[in-house]
Amino acid sequence: MRTLFDFLFRTRGASQLSATDWLTYLYLSLGTVLMFGPVIWLGLSSFKSQEQLLRFPPTLLPMRQESVSLEGYDQPLPLFDVMMLDGNTRRLAQVSRIGLEARMIDPANPGEIITVDIASRSPVESIYFGFENYIEGVQQFDFWLYMRNSVFVTILATLLTLLVNSMAAFGLSKYQFRGRNLIFVIMISTLMVPLAVILVPVFLVITQVGWNNNLLGVIIPAAATPTGVFLLRQYMLTIPDELLDSARIDGASEWRIYWQIVLPLAGPALAVLAIFSVMWRWNDFLWPLIVLSRKELFTLQVGLNSFQGEFNTQWDLVLAMTVLTLLPITLIFAFLQKYITTGIATTGMK
Amino acid sequence: MTTIPATKVIPYRTNREPGFLARMLEHLMHPVDEIIIPLQRALGTRRMAYFFVLPNLLIFGIFILLPMALNFYYSFTGSTALQPSERPWVGTDNFSRLLNCGDYGNPVTCDEDIFWRAVWNTGGFVFFQVSGMIVFALVTALALNRQIKGRGFFRSVFFYPVLLSPVVVGLIWKWILQRDGVLNAGIVALGGEQMNFLVDPNWSRFWVIVVSIWAQMGFYTLILLAGLQSIPHEYYEAAHIDGADTWNRFRFVTFPLLMPTMLVVVVLSLIRAVQVFDQAFALTGGGPGTATTYIVQYIYNTGFTSTSREAGLAAAASVVLGGALLILTVAQLKLGRRTEANH
Repeated sequence: MRTLFDFLFRTRGASQLSATDWLTYLYLSLGTVLMFGPVIWLGLSSFKSQEQLLRFPPTLLPMRQESVSLEGYDQPLPLFDVMMLDGNTRRLAQVSRIGLEARMIDPANPGEIITVDIASRSPVESIYFGFENYIEGVQQFDFWLYMRNSVFVTILATLLTLLVNSMAAFGLSKYQFRGRNLIFVIMISTLMVPLAVILVPVFLVITQVGWNNNLLGVIIPAAATPTGVFLLRQYMLTIPDELLDSARIDGASEWRIYWQIVLPLAGPALAVLAIFSVMWRWNDFLWPLIVLSRKELFTLQVGLNSFQGEFNTQWDLVLAMTVLTLLPITLIFAFLQKYITTGIATTGMK
Repeated sequence: MTTIPATKVIPYRTNREPGFLARMLEHLMHPVDEIIIPLQRALGTRRMAYFFVLPNLLIFGIFILLPMALNFYYSFTGSTALQPSERPWVGTDNFSRLLNCGDYGNPVTCDEDIFWRAVWNTGGFVFFQVSGMIVFALVTALALNRQIKGRGFFRSVFFYPVLLSPVVVGLIWKWILQRDGVLNAGIVALGGEQMNFLVDPNWSRFWVIVVSIWAQMGFYTLILLAGLQSIPHEYYEAAHIDGADTWNRFRFVTFPLLMPTMLVVVVLSLIRAVQVFDQAFALTGGGPGTATTYIVQYIYNTGFTSTSREAGLAAAASVVLGGALLILTVAQLKLGRRTEANH
């Protein structure tokens, strides 16, 4: 690749950046801002107080009004810069506000009360990253409970998906049997049927099985994903049959061939399916929304959705809880991003 | 019948000590083997295939195939009952109610006007979202395919939003787009006026498209990038010797050789766009009015949330949607074969 583009966009001086290079960097940098910006803005906003969040135009960083504790007053008094009538600016603490006038005192000289027009003062602020939103949010929003449900669902469903799909792919790729092609064609043809369009009958089936309000109802139905079978089957087709035959001659059982020869060799494809499965399950919304109606069973996504419905005016709490919800998958991605992006790009295509 | 010694271990990969995962798998799978060996004795080697396919087939049959069949049956029955046995047969009533229209271009003249609004909304969404996303994904993939510093970093940056859930994406953008949000602050700072992005129907449609491009393009960029990297180097050399400039190399080498990948991207993104629901739902809730109500949301609303719970009508709408998806896929495949034959 390197030589290809050296050659494709060659310029006179090899070490100099060409106009195309500049354009590329400009585009990618702009893209970085557009892709990361919204999430960073969410992060910054989540540290702001409700009062700060309502301010327009908003400040970039979370701020807090400075205050000063003075003798004789129970609570800290907020500090303001006041433009005095003589044109000087003084830093005063506000005692109280009556209509359009504010009663202020000088912290250095607390005895004297100065009355000023409220329009002439502006708050003294400093950058402040407070965790109040998070602390209060976690009290209202059962984060740890939802998190536990989400982790439980994601891990169990992914393990089940890997097991069930790899078994099916093994059966479909390594054996000749009646009905093999029929099974494969039926599975592939449902690849494009969105779950959403069979919602009502699926709900009926789940109710009949008795998995309403049961995490099993979220875990098991989507475990037999046609995408997974397809991906793994295509990969297993490349494993030579001779390897299996020689194992058979050595006396290995079919089950042993499956897990000791085929599974390890299909590792890369299994890894990609695992990534997909974790992504799907962690972010799944519609299915758990329908199956689960009891709050203590909610996954993070369903919980967050109902939380924002309940507290729709309290952006401070909603933003903090949104950050908590996206944090786990962001951390996983930060550590595994190289494997995830290259894995999807190479195996996801086959 | 062959006899199988239960404990014999295949010396596979003898050059390496078994890792932690392999040892754990051994402990887990060995007992299973003891159970399954008698089964293999009874079935014979070849019919073990059924054993391997069975778990998947069971889940698939119960939770996908059976509901699909039920859905088809539902679409010909009426009433609000959930049990199929309690639902009276109504023939094609649901379909005629859904499809009866004075003028398909004007939803007000239709019996189910919301369905037709949803159809037109979905059509507009699919057109602009897919074409916009493919342009951006292609440009990004071309940029990432160049020899630049920090390629891995940029690739991850563009992929990151793909990992975010629809609910999170909806909330992030709701926060940015609200009347007192940061975008409006920027507009005011530049001398403009505050806009009601999520209150105005056309702006809502626009932002639903932008947000879904933002959230999904990273995935397609990766696929296109893989396609670009699989184009053999020699083709560019040959084009260079023939005197092709950058544009002609793109036009006659990159573009045709990228076509198969492009087709995959088009099919995948089209199918996904037709099913648009959760992201838009989290951002706008389908509103204002019905401006961003799409077909899947219509199905969800009709079958689940509306007071009348018209499962039959919802099922009929899903049959129509399923048919449309089928036609779309077949057409794409046909088209793909033709373009392949031409090159």
